Amino acid sequence: MTVNIDEMSSREMLQYYQSLLDEKARTHKKEGKPVCWSSSVAPSEIFVAMDIALCYPETHAAGIGAKHGAMDMLEYSEGRGYSNDICSYARINISYMELLKEKARTGITPEILANCPGADIPLPDLVVCTNNICNTLLKWYENLAFELDIPCIVIDVPFNHQMPVEPHRKKYIAAQIEAAIPVLEKVCGRAFDHQKFLEVQKQTRRSVEQWLKIAEMAAYKPSPLNGFDLFNYMALIVCARSTEYAEKTFRKFVAELQEKLDSGKYAFGDNEKMRFVWEGIAVWPHLAHTFKSLKQNGMLLTGSTYPSVWNLQYEPGDLESMGECYSNVYTNTCLDNRAGVLSKVATDAKCDGVVLHQNRSCKLMCFLNNDTASVVQDRTGLPYVMFDGDQTDPRNFSPAQYDTRIQSLFEMAQQNKK
Amino acid sequence: MSRITEILATFDDVAAHPRKAIDSFIQETGKGAVGFAYVYGPEEIVHAAGLLPVGMWGAHVPISKARAYLPPFACSIAQSIMELECSGVYDVLSAVVFCTPCDTLKCMSQMWRGKCPSLTFVHPQNRGLEAANIYLAQEYRNLKERLEAIIGQTISDAAITRSIAVYNANRRIMRTFSDIAADHPDIIDPLKRHAVNKARFFMDKARHTALVTELVDELNRLPKAAWKGPRIVLSGIMAEPDGFLDIFKEAGFAVVADDLAQESRQYRHDVPDASGHDDPLYRLAQWWQALDGCSLATDPSKHRGAMLIDMVSRHKADGVVMAQMKFCEPEEFDFPIIYQQLDQAGIPNLMIEVDLEANAFEQIKTRVQTFRDVLA
Repeated sequence: MTVNIDEMSSREMLQYYQSLLDEKARTHKKEGKPVCWSSSVAPSEIFVAMDIALCYPETHAAGIGAKHGAMDMLEYSEGRGYSNDICSYARINISYMELLKEKARTGITPEILANCPGADIPLPDLVVCTNNICNTLLKWYENLAFELDIPCIVIDVPFNHQMPVEPHRKKYIAAQIEAAIPVLEKVCGRAFDHQKFLEVQKQTRRSVEQWLKIAEMAAYKPSPLNGFDLFNYMALIVCARSTEYAEKTFRKFVAELQEKLDSGKYAFGDNEKMRFVWEGIAVWPHLAHTFKSLKQNGMLLTGSTYPSVWNLQYEPGDLESMGECYSNVYTNTCLDNRAGVLSKVATDAKCDGVVLHQNRSCKLMCFLNNDTASVVQDRTGLPYVMFDGDQTDPRNFSPAQYDTRIQSLFEMAQQNKK
Repeated sequence: MSRITEILATFDDVAAHPRKAIDSFIQETGKGAVGFAYVYGPEEIVHAAGLLPVGMWGAHVPISKARAYLPPFACSIAQSIMELECSGVYDVLSAVVFCTPCDTLKCMSQMWRGKCPSLTFVHPQNRGLEAANIYLAQEYRNLKERLEAIIGQTISDAAITRSIAVYNANRRIMRTFSDIAADHPDIIDPLKRHAVNKARFFMDKARHTALVTELVDELNRLPKAAWKGPRIVLSGIMAEPDGFLDIFKEAGFAVVADDLAQESRQYRHDVPDASGHDDPLYRLAQWWQALDGCSLATDPSKHRGAMLIDMVSRHKADGVVMAQMKFCEPEEFDFPIIYQQLDQAGIPNLMIEVDLEANAFEQIKTRVQTFRDVLA
């Protein structure tokens, strides 16, 4: 079947490229070429330069959660001794890995795997983990590597209690990227392609530029962008930022948003009553509920911190600059920086309030929510609410509590406007 | 009272009343104390300045003020440290130092509610590289400079080198103590063994070493106990509150070795010799890289399980008890793999969730009694 990318909408491109990436991983596996499972903000550049197919467990687990397939996976991991206090992405992915392993060993597809609504991705030949999102990843990837007896590349980015990233940290990170290269050469059985590496870095930068442009569209009031869409498009900044797929799709999306803006077609039509920042990961199993409750109140998500997570604008060819960018990812920085980013997002996106997800799966993203929100409130005067939830464990979310909190924020914001 | 009883009573007293121990140190020396929030810190730098390094591992206290700052799914070490911060318990300290090997500590290190300054450093988690040692030595150098500014004195390399020797001597005698204690479980019960370990965090190391040395000498004079009860290896972050170990004591268990972060992980290997590296901070960095079998030190080979199996064999233990700190993700990730490995090796094991705030132990008691019956 001939595919004409130019005729596709950005949403169609998003789906097409996602399936293409999964297909590439499956083809690689069949042909004996390497497949790597990667954390969401690891330096994909060195892998793409070596034509290693990448799969992203966090995105994969989110997909399973959004398609209501999480419970089977969660129960399976709990049956193997994993505490239900552990990050639900990790529990889902470790189950998926174990089920694939069982299938490879027995030749029979386990029923849970057959019923899994997630994308069909193959077992990895190596894993790469960068802890700029959290240190949970280190333990999760340790277990993957051990259970599969495969190489585990760690690109450790020490947490930044102060900014900017200190020189000795940049050197340490750059040294790790250099040390990873011989591992890739061994896995691939050929020399590292430095020329392609440079091209891939340039591509990554172009993808990031377009990604940031999407968020800029939320500055318009009323906004043509519904910030919830970033939860979907994010898949490509995670999985394809080092290929042209992400750049092309984001470029198209920006053009569509511009067209909407020009023709006065706003995300909520004429019902944009309030704009807010969403801090934290989506509640994937309850995505529809979280969105609908907001929409009913005319509350539009315009402020997201996701753009700053993949704000990887480094100097191609400079490993220390690259290391710095992977290190100063929003979630790897101090409270002061975090509050600064959040305040700027709220101001730029003309927000009236902040919603913070107290995510049971993510200690790092929620233990500081209280302190961060207080600073943001001091700096911007915006009210905030927090609700209890979980990125993919459906048991840890209460729709009634969520609705009450959202309603409270709406009322506080209305009061603020008077 | 025998000398053994006297020494054990001293350790009991220090472990049970850290504030008294800190106050008397300050009174005797005129120097201050610096807190090290769990789990690993370069205490030698503080020791070199003549100050008392103090371990902060939480406490068995009711949690109320901390609830305003931490959600219920933070571990009880963090919860109780926060409670003590809010209650002014740490105000006696000149500074506190936070390491950040887990996400909870990344957050805790930024939520300090005490009055003294708080300092941070970050261990490298890519532990096989020379670049990691160079990086960590620089982290320690930065930490040392910030400490110097706070305490108003410089800390020389020579003084740190001397302190490393003092600490290594303590590590050596603690390893010896751990082995000898296993031969005398009738005297060194699980709670007393823990008190000897815990007192390390509130006493001058040289004094602790002298007392433990004396204790070891006294124990060496006695014949080995003819112990009929089960012998276990304890693994986890820590084995508190005391109500937890009391169950094992009452059920007639002997702790013959441990793999606890608060206990033997602190001293099972020395800071390496200089061997061409004059920089004592570099040597301290090497200690971290050599640390093996700890959930907080990244290790894709997951050596901890094999290490536990070896400990069981070397100490002729009957089983392993995993003291699983509730809400500690690093430990929770290790457990399923260790469980499989112990099972495959035919080693009986029991996992118990540990919570510093716990007051009711009946359920744990039933499980421990059942485990004793299994081992019998």
